[in-house]
Amino acid sequence: MKKLFLATTAAIALGAGAAAAEEVKMGIALGFTGPLESLSPPMAEGAELAAREISDSGKFMDGSTVKAVRADTTCIDASAATAAAERLVTSDRVAGIMGAMCSGATGAVLQNVAIPNGVVMISPSATSPALSTVEDNGYFFRTAPSDARQGVIMAENILDRGIETVALTYTNNDYGKGLADSFAEAYKEKGGTVTINAAHEDGKADYSAEIGALSSAGGDALVVVGYVDQGGKGIVRAALDTGAFDTFVFPDGMIAETLETDFGDEIEGSFGQKPGNESEGLSLFVELAKEAGFDGTEIFAPESYDAMALMLLAMQAAGSTNSDDYKGKIMDIANAPGEQIMPGELGKALEILAEGGDIDYQGASAVEFIEPGESAGSYIEMEIKDGKLETVGVR
Amino acid sequence: MDFLNAIVALSNFVLVPAIAYGSQLALGALGVTLIYGILRFSNFAHGDTMAFGTMATILFTWWFQSLGISFGPLPTALLALPLGILGCMAIVLLTDRAVYRFYREQKAKPVILVIVSMGVMFIMNGLVRVIIGPDDQNFADGNRFVITARDFKQMTGLDEGLAIKTTQGITVVVAIIAVGLLFWFLNRTRTGKSMRAYSDNEDLALLSGINPERVVMITWLIVAALATVAGVLYGLDKTFKPFVYFQLLLPIFASAIVGGLGSPVGAIAGGFIIAFSEVTITYAWKKVLTYLLPEAWQPDGLVQLMSTDYKFAVSFVILLIVLLFKPTGLFKGKSV
Repeated sequence: MKKLFLATTAAIALGAGAAAAEEVKMGIALGFTGPLESLSPPMAEGAELAAREISDSGKFMDGSTVKAVRADTTCIDASAATAAAERLVTSDRVAGIMGAMCSGATGAVLQNVAIPNGVVMISPSATSPALSTVEDNGYFFRTAPSDARQGVIMAENILDRGIETVALTYTNNDYGKGLADSFAEAYKEKGGTVTINAAHEDGKADYSAEIGALSSAGGDALVVVGYVDQGGKGIVRAALDTGAFDTFVFPDGMIAETLETDFGDEIEGSFGQKPGNESEGLSLFVELAKEAGFDGTEIFAPESYDAMALMLLAMQAAGSTNSDDYKGKIMDIANAPGEQIMPGELGKALEILAEGGDIDYQGASAVEFIEPGESAGSYIEMEIKDGKLETVGVR
Repeated sequence: MDFLNAIVALSNFVLVPAIAYGSQLALGALGVTLIYGILRFSNFAHGDTMAFGTMATILFTWWFQSLGISFGPLPTALLALPLGILGCMAIVLLTDRAVYRFYREQKAKPVILVIVSMGVMFIMNGLVRVIIGPDDQNFADGNRFVITARDFKQMTGLDEGLAIKTTQGITVVVAIIAVGLLFWFLNRTRTGKSMRAYSDNEDLALLSGINPERVVMITWLIVAALATVAGVLYGLDKTFKPFVYFQLLLPIFASAIVGGLGSPVGAIAGGFIIAFSEVTITYAWKKVLTYLLPEAWQPDGLVQLMSTDYKFAVSFVILLIVLLFKPTGLFKGKSV
């Protein structure tokens, strides 16, 4: 009888110990079905890679383990996204959400689930500028740069080349208008002049009216915020044919091999930028991904790894899995000062944090957070040299 | 000097593109107006007939190119054009036999024929996509320019350049030849006269021994030729994309209606009115005025009547105004 009593106390004591080293659940909310379903699997695997690395290190929160739970946000259906995230929070009781994927679904999940329930979410891929200004009570972050950021980068890129007046045309949709407006604002602020800000429609074959107006307004270069397989191409063709502009500036929608095959050296000296980086972290991540059996170069897979790692490292720093406790730590660990952390070094990061040290998380996408909690974003600067698109630097 | 610069700038960005675009629209509108005058319905399938003819021409062009045949400085497509026209004639006669003749024998109302032509439009639309795909096809070769902006500046020493593309030159020349031939045919030949008689009064024409099936067949042949020429010129000057040809239907109908449906002269005038209004009303006059006005009066703003976003609205406002005050169009066509 006495022995049985002892055994029970021992079991209770063991149980109490296990309670300290708990199983932490993390939500992965991506559009596994819907228009971007082909992009989702590598992103989820990127996030799961980070979760596994931290869990297997045995150094996380006194030996706690991490379990990732997937949920489908569909990308286009806000109510389905809300229901999926609601399930993660109320039924699976996740400590944080890696997601959502598309800007619309992200806004819905944030407003309907994350803020009311007080759960941190980090989106790896939502780029809408509107998410920068949303009232998030400090629960929302993103490892993807806002399109507003690209506008600033493009403005700097142009001014650094000594071009101080440009004409601007954009494709008439949310992407075009958002990027064109953020660029025009940044460019004016930095002392440049936008002579005209005119929309063009995709899928029309006659752009002489647009080129007439753009050319009359003048400028040293033409900024084409459009799609290279749509109206953007028609605009560039018409501008070259009439001799209206020789130098063009291309944001991400226009950077493609089509530029080389269609225009080649006709647009010699034109330049632009696209999101991406060539950091040491990225190549390390690609190696790790290869071992895990997926392609780490897929778009937003590195950002997903970083989003998951940041949340778990912040928990370690705060010593708590409660969102209200660790949400304030995310900015600290993402930026300097501290020891730089690359992919595959998450165990080391956990040790430093456990000892109360500082880390500067670099990860796979060279993470650098700016207010209000989003990636500063690095962009690859491209230029047409001898009729070929060449990388000239990273911003 | 400034005066010359102003004229050159205006020509480069307004006159030259608008004349080329106007010629393309005029040729398209002629086809629509002929069908309306003689077969008495609005042919919604016209844009896709243009696309089909152009597609046939492109396929022959590629074949010629693979054989190494070229047309010197001119695009090879001009050599393939007659074959493309034959291809278009075949498909148009086939649809007439298979579809339109049945309704003609029923003496179907024009509104039924309009809906039938929409059905034909969707089928041709699909046919073109199945054969050549929905993507851009660039088939222009030969010299791109008669004169480039840079060469013009060097030649004349002016600040403004004037670029004339080979395709723009060809467009205008071919359009003039096609329209000349059409008018000669309608006014001078026996068949042309019988077509006009049939158009003016069907019963009287039948009484005087005109064979209606022959008139209908010749009308389709002419329309197929005009549609293919218009489509190929447009494709050479801009680019060939089936969806764009489908959208061309709107400005083409606007041109035909502004000029007066059923009136060939009206179709040509309408084409140029629509093209010029799209380009001039949204043009920013700053550059031209800066050259013309004394320094004190030079404008700071763009001097743009309205933004280019509205260029499609412009053609339709003109259409509305014309229909309000002259319901039969500028050149006394038939009332719609």
